[in-house]
Amino acid sequence: MSQLSTQIPEGYVKVFSRPRSLSDAKYTYCPGCHHGIIGRLIAEAIDELGIQERAVGVAPVGCAVFLFRFYNVDFVQAAHGRACAVATGLKRASPNLIVFTYQGDGDLAAIGTAETVHAANRGENFTVIFVNNQIYGMTGGEMAPTTLPGQRTVTCPEGRDVKLTGHPLKVSEMLAQLDGPVYITRQAVYDARHIQMAKKAILKAFRNQAEGKGFSLVEIVADCPTNFQMSPVEANRWVVEKALQYFPLGDLKVKED
Amino acid sequence: MLKGLVVIDRERCKGCGLCIESCPFGVLGFSGEYNSSGYNVATMVQPEKCTGCAICAQGCPDVAIEVYRLQPQGAKEAA
Repeated sequence: MSQLSTQIPEGYVKVFSRPRSLSDAKYTYCPGCHHGIIGRLIAEAIDELGIQERAVGVAPVGCAVFLFRFYNVDFVQAAHGRACAVATGLKRASPNLIVFTYQGDGDLAAIGTAETVHAANRGENFTVIFVNNQIYGMTGGEMAPTTLPGQRTVTCPEGRDVKLTGHPLKVSEMLAQLDGPVYITRQAVYDARHIQMAKKAILKAFRNQAEGKGFSLVEIVADCPTNFQMSPVEANRWVVEKALQYFPLGDLKVKED
Repeated sequence: MLKGLVVIDRERCKGCGLCIESCPFGVLGFSGEYNSSGYNVATMVQPEKCTGCAICAQGCPDVAIEVYRLQPQGAKEAA
């Protein structure tokens, strides 16, 4: 029988439930996908900062293309890779808005590299959530710029050959070299402890914007169980054992005051 | 001793099993029942062991889990 129909016995209080900023729509992600966790963390951050009325998200192209369905906040859908350019326009036109983009590695690190680098270099005052799952998810698991050396995808079935296709692009390290950004960090969401740390980073990135500090980017190393052709539990393990070897966690740039 | 209760939204659950894997006390397991999308949904198989720590809910990619905790006698209900 459905547990939802079970009455909660007397004396029990709710300690965890869906954040208000998340809508009732079901996620369209595959089972076990980290997008869902990251989406919830953003909604919790918006709730905690009380910015639901003035938050505007910029949705990418990729698995998160339906992002606007999942939130009770306003959204703009950007062309592929151009989320940072759209966010620049939004934020400059209405500085009172809290603008964030949510982009995958195909969006931010491939087709949208130029927009991202220049928005960071200009120090635009918005927040970027960058989900790095080392593969193109929505289109069927092709090699991404962030695919690990030797990692198999449908377009490199023998594993990524760095002599032919180059090395994985370390976007956060690259942007941390610039003078524009105030906060660049890399986080993961494969266990409860790291989920809490990622949430703190997202909160800090939103606070930076609310205080007018400038460009903040939170990279989150995620999985893609479907296209890794693994179970969700195995894909979680892959993040720890493989992805984090190449993409170590931590703050890459924190500019105070 | 802490006593908790987990409520899983059957229609949101996609049977990924991450909650089952993450629970430190082995409270959760697959129910063997399928929702309308055809996913084998998770359920509490050892409800007496639940402490309401919400680690399962933190890691649920579909935000399908609500967690309740029994308030100790005499404690004020959280606002």
